[in-house]
Amino acid sequence: MQDIKTQVRTYIFDNFIMAGDPGDLQDGDSFMERHILDSTGFIELITFLEEAFGIKVEDDDMVPENLDSLDRIEGFLRKKKAA
Amino acid sequence: MEQRYRCSPNLIRQEQAVNSRKLNAQVLDIDCAAEIERIAKRLVEIVARTLHRRGMIIALSGGVDSSVCAALAVRALGPGKVFGLMLPEKDSSSTSLTRGKLIAEQLGIRYAVENIGSTLEAIGCYRWRDEAMRTVFPEYGSDWKSKIAIAGGAQGRINYFKLVVQSPSGEIREARLPLKEYLQIVAATNYKQRIRKTIEYFHADRLNYAVIGTPNRLEYDQGFFVKNGDGSADLKPIAHLYKTQVYALARHLGLPAEICSAAPTTDTYSMQQGQDEFYFVLPYDKMDIALWAHNHKIPATELAAHLDISQDQADFIYKDIDAKRHTTRYLHAKPVLVDPVNEVLV
Repeated sequence: MQDIKTQVRTYIFDNFIMAGDPGDLQDGDSFMERHILDSTGFIELITFLEEAFGIKVEDDDMVPENLDSLDRIEGFLRKKKAA
Repeated sequence: MEQRYRCSPNLIRQEQAVNSRKLNAQVLDIDCAAEIERIAKRLVEIVARTLHRRGMIIALSGGVDSSVCAALAVRALGPGKVFGLMLPEKDSSSTSLTRGKLIAEQLGIRYAVENIGSTLEAIGCYRWRDEAMRTVFPEYGSDWKSKIAIAGGAQGRINYFKLVVQSPSGEIREARLPLKEYLQIVAATNYKQRIRKTIEYFHADRLNYAVIGTPNRLEYDQGFFVKNGDGSADLKPIAHLYKTQVYALARHLGLPAEICSAAPTTDTYSMQQGQDEFYFVLPYDKMDIALWAHNHKIPATELAAHLDISQDQADFIYKDIDAKRHTTRYLHAKPVLVDPVNEVLV
């Protein structure tokens, strides 16, 4: 599952952070609290997750507990894949 | 004839609310007469000495904010130095124009009506918007109605937008908007506010007047405006006032009853759409209280008790206020320079 975090980290770094060291984004960092993603940014992220991982993010899935860090995204994708 | 409504001086009660951490509806009371005189005096100073203009332009939407701004401008400079504009297009409510004329005539100001529909048609506003809508609903036609609605924030979810359409037979459908289509619809409809502002500045230039922006505090704080559209102005007389307070001023100024009771709408989409549906998570009166409480560091438990909502919902509302402030910060920002040019003083 490390591959998921790597892919998402790369996506977030390339599209939102754009400069610095990708390693500065820790697995547990909140995208909201670090002001990396706003609501439009989350919609972009969801579009990326749906396309890159072949899942459908439902309205009820759109909670910070599923999407607001690399760790949470990995857990969310695990659940979606298992479902 | 000016009607006088009782607006209690409330500083003591506001202090008491802050100190006791008890919210009550009176925290938004203002001394309307004193506030009107204070704003009018400031408007004279701003127009004459800061902006060096001869009067003020006000676009009248028929809503309470622009109506109060127009009345304040007249109070400051007199009707001869205020020029009103009504700028409807095909999605505007018919009452917008009626109410705009009503307030202009009550105040005795000169005004012009310019329908911007053909300009919007020529620039592609409707074509771009409808193309995006048809991606989501292929059957969407020119005789359908539509609106965008916000979802998520009040339930603790991440905010997203839904497209709601209504067929000619009255059937309503809705779907979550994908990013590309959401951005395209918003970009297209933003033409409306930007074309209006272009016309306002034409009249401002020809008359050597200043342009009034009409956001209330809720809209200004939460970034509910279009950059270089309705967000553009030379002065914003009511940006410090909560919407509840703007209504109080409207009543005190004796504005027509239908304006004093007008529900806040976007008047941008063809389906009826309240501002709370489009952008804010609560109706304006509750959002005012939530914003005031957050600004005065009232705990979410107190907000929850006052609004009769759960502690979780109150937490979500506070977080949503912060999130919108952050997201819309760039709307307020002046163009950012790589290095300062200190010789330019503003």
